[in-house]
Amino acid sequence: MNSDTSQQLQQQVQSAYKEKTALCIVGGNSKVFYGRHVTGEPLNVSDHRGVLNYEPTELVITARAGTPLREIEKVLSDNGQMLPFEPPAFSNDATLGGTIACNLSGPRRAYAGAARDFLLGCKIINGKGELLTFGGEVMKNVAGYDVSRLMAGAMGTLGVLLEVSLKVLPIAEMEATQQFECNASEALDKLHQWSKTPLPLSASSFHDSVLRVRLSGATKAVEAAISTIGGDSTDSASRYWHELKEQQQDFFKDDKPLWRISLASDIESLGLPADYENDDCLYEWGGALRWLKSHVPADTIQSTAAKLDGHASLLGTPRQEGQFQPLTPGLLRIHKNLKQAFDPENILNPGRLYPGL
Amino acid sequence: MHNTEQVESKIDSAGLIDELCSFVSSDSVLFEKEDLKPYECDGLSAYRAIPLVVVLPETIEQVQKVLGLCHHYSVPVVARGAGTGLSGGALPHEQGVLLSLAKFKSIIEINPERRIARVQPGVRNLAISEAADEFGLYYAPDPSSQIACTIGGNVAENSGGVHCLKYGLTVHNIQQIKIITIEGEILTIGGSGLDSAGYDLLALMTGSEGMLGVIVEVTVKLLPKPERAQVLLAAFDDVVKAGEAVGNIIAAGIIPAGLEMMDRLAISAAEDFVHAGYPLDAEAILLCELDGTNEEVSEHVLKVRELFKHSGATEVRTAKDENERLTFWKGRKAAFPAVGRLSPDYYCMDGTIPRKQLPKVLESIATLSKEYELPVANVFHAGDGNLHPLILYDANNPGELERTEEFGGKILELCVAVGGTITGEHGVGMEKINQMCVQFDRLELSQFHAVKAAFDPDGLLNPGKAVPTLHRCAEFGAMHVHKGELPFPELERF
Repeated sequence: MNSDTSQQLQQQVQSAYKEKTALCIVGGNSKVFYGRHVTGEPLNVSDHRGVLNYEPTELVITARAGTPLREIEKVLSDNGQMLPFEPPAFSNDATLGGTIACNLSGPRRAYAGAARDFLLGCKIINGKGELLTFGGEVMKNVAGYDVSRLMAGAMGTLGVLLEVSLKVLPIAEMEATQQFECNASEALDKLHQWSKTPLPLSASSFHDSVLRVRLSGATKAVEAAISTIGGDSTDSASRYWHELKEQQQDFFKDDKPLWRISLASDIESLGLPADYENDDCLYEWGGALRWLKSHVPADTIQSTAAKLDGHASLLGTPRQEGQFQPLTPGLLRIHKNLKQAFDPENILNPGRLYPGL
Repeated sequence: MHNTEQVESKIDSAGLIDELCSFVSSDSVLFEKEDLKPYECDGLSAYRAIPLVVVLPETIEQVQKVLGLCHHYSVPVVARGAGTGLSGGALPHEQGVLLSLAKFKSIIEINPERRIARVQPGVRNLAISEAADEFGLYYAPDPSSQIACTIGGNVAENSGGVHCLKYGLTVHNIQQIKIITIEGEILTIGGSGLDSAGYDLLALMTGSEGMLGVIVEVTVKLLPKPERAQVLLAAFDDVVKAGEAVGNIIAAGIIPAGLEMMDRLAISAAEDFVHAGYPLDAEAILLCELDGTNEEVSEHVLKVRELFKHSGATEVRTAKDENERLTFWKGRKAAFPAVGRLSPDYYCMDGTIPRKQLPKVLESIATLSKEYELPVANVFHAGDGNLHPLILYDANNPGELERTEEFGGKILELCVAVGGTITGEHGVGMEKINQMCVQFDRLELSQFHAVKAAFDPDGLLNPGKAVPTLHRCAEFGAMHVHKGELPFPELERF
C-alpha cells in the first residue's frame, strides 16, 4: 500500500508548468464540495501514501499526503494518541493532505486548536515543480517564514502537499458529555461563564434548545467538572459528536444552502433581515461557529459577517459550488502576490479558493 | 551586511529628517549621535550599527506616513519594540530609519467574555497578563524577557517561553493583527472568530521578523488561570536518564505545563546565584510543572513522581507550597544571569532538536567545547526540544568572540544534522543568517525571497535579516555541504 510517487507528481507539475496547463489536485475526493470548482487535469496524490515517522514520545507524526486519514487516526489511537483538532473526514477516502489543505477542524477546535495549529512542517511541490521543505518535526521552529502553516487552508492553490508533520496529543483518560435545556442566549451565557474558568472543556454545541458540553481529561478532573457544571448526562455522546463532525446529523440533511459562519462567540443575533432571522442555526465552538441553513443571499450574509468582523462561507452541493467570504482589496492584493510567488503560471487548483487565485 | 543585501537610498538624511519632523513632533525624531546611540543594538549586543534617524511615532497615521515616505525614497526601515530580541533582528540599518513602536503602549480593550485583549504593539508581554488578572485570565506565552519585551516583538519573532509544549507559541495565541505595509497601507489580518477567510496570513506574519510589515495592533487570546500549579524537581546522575524520564512522562499521556532541564554547570551557577536548593552533585535536574484543576494536578503529581523514580532519579522533590514552587523556578529563571556571573560574557544559542537526540547533541557539544576551549552550560526546554547552550567567553580576549561565534554556528549546524532547526524561539535576525544556508537549500531560500517580495518588492523592510541572499550563501557555503551536495553550484565563488 505504501508508495512514494513524489517523482511522478513532480514531473507532472513540471510539465504542467512548462505547458501552462491547469491541474486539479485530488486526494480522496471527499471535500470536493468545499470551495469552488476547478477545471484542470487531475493530479492524483492518493497513491503517495505511508506513515514515514511516528514516535509517540516525541508527539510527532510524519506521513505522506495521500495517506488515508483513518489510517493516521488508527496508528495514533493504537498508541493512546490522537489528532487534537478532530478533523472531519466526510468519507473513508479522506487523506491527510486534503485534511490539511482544507484546514477543517472538528468540535475540539475551540479548546485545542485547529489543523494549522498542529502543523509542524511539510514538503511541497510549488507551481514551478520545485520540491521544497519547510518547518520540520520539532515543536518550536522559527527559521524562515512559516510557509507550512500558510499551506493549511490554501486548498492546494500554493503548493501540492507531499508530506506533512503534525504534533499529536494523548487521548484523554475520560470523556463525558453533559446536556442542558435552554435558549440560545442562556446557552451562550453558560458557555462564556465556563470558558472563563479552568474547566476541561473539549466540545460544545447548541441546537433545538439543547446545549451539549463535552469534558475531557484526567478522570478526577472530569468528575469534578461534572459536579461543577451540572446538567444531565448523556449516553450516546461519542456518536453525537462524531455525527456532528461528519455532518451526518439530521440538521445537515436538508436541501437548504448551508452557511458556515465564523465570528466572535458572544454575538447573539447575526442581525439578518427579518425573513431569515429565524432560520435554523446550530452553534459550535463555544458560540464561535454557526451553521446556518438559509436562503439568505450571499452578499447579505457575507456583508453581515464582515460587519461582525467574522466571515461566512457557503458549502457547495452537487448542484451549486461553494463560496468563500470576499477579501478586502488590500488582502486580495497580497493573496494575488503570494499566489504569483508560489505558482506563477496559475496552474495549481486555479480558482478553488477565489477567482484568479 | 553582505554587499548583495545593500539597499540604494535616494535621499539625503537632512531632507528625510525635515520631512519626518513635518508630521511627527520634533522631539520624537532623533538624529544626533548621542541620541542614536541607545538604539545601536538589541539584546544581542555583539552586533551594533547607528541608524540614520530614529523616529518614535504616536499614531497609526504617523506610522503609515513614515513607511510611505521610506517607500517613496527607497529608505530601509527597521521596526523595534523593546529591543530585547536575542538575534539582532532589530539591529539598525546605517542608511535607514529605525522605527520605534515604544509609544504604542495602551491596552485598548480587555474583553473577558471573548477572552481577548486588544493591545498596541508596545505593550509589555507581562502587562497583558497583569491587566487580565482581575478577570481570572492570562496571556500564556511567557518568554523569559516577559517583564520587558513587547507584544509587537513577540509576534514578529513568534516568541515562546517555558510553557510552549502545553500552551503553544505566539502563533497559537493571537487572533488578529493590524499591520502597515511598506506602502503605508493598513491591513487587518485575522478576525474576531477562530479562523478567517483566505490564506493564513496571521501565521505568515508571525515570526516574520519585521520583513513583511509593521505591526500596529495585536489581539491576543486569553486563557483562564489554572486552578493550581505544582512543581516537581528530579535529580539524575546521568543526562541520558533525565532525557528518558521526559519521554516516559509524555508516554504516560501527561503534558506538563513546563518541563525544563539544566546540566551540571547551569545547576551550580544557578545555585550559587539564587540558592534555590538545587542538588549540586546531580548531572542534570528536571523541573516539571503540572497545572490544571486541583484534582488533575494531584493525580498527575503522584504519577510523575513515580515515573521519575522509575526512570532512575536519584532524588525527587515536590514543592510543598507556592513559596517553594517559586524557589524551584527561581533558579531556572535566573539561569542566564547566573551563568553570566561565571564569565565576563556569554553567548546564548537557541537550537531545537528531536528530544531523543539530546544525549548525542550534548555529547557533541561537550566535544566542541573542549576543541574551542570554551565552557558551555546547557539549559533545555526539555518538553519541546528547545536547547539553549550558553557559551562562556571573554570579549576582551582577542579572537574569542569570533571563536565563540564559530562554535555557536557549529552547534546550530549540529541541530540541523539531527533533524532539528537553527532557531526555536529567538529568530534568525542577523545572528543566524549564515546557518539559514545550512537549513534551507537554494530553492527554498528563493521561495522565501518570493514571499518577501509579495509584501515588500523593493526589500526595504529590515533588509539583510532573516533570509540570506543566495550570494551570501554561496560565499558561506564554500565551507559547507548541504544534504550531501555542494550548494549553489551555478554561482561563482568569491
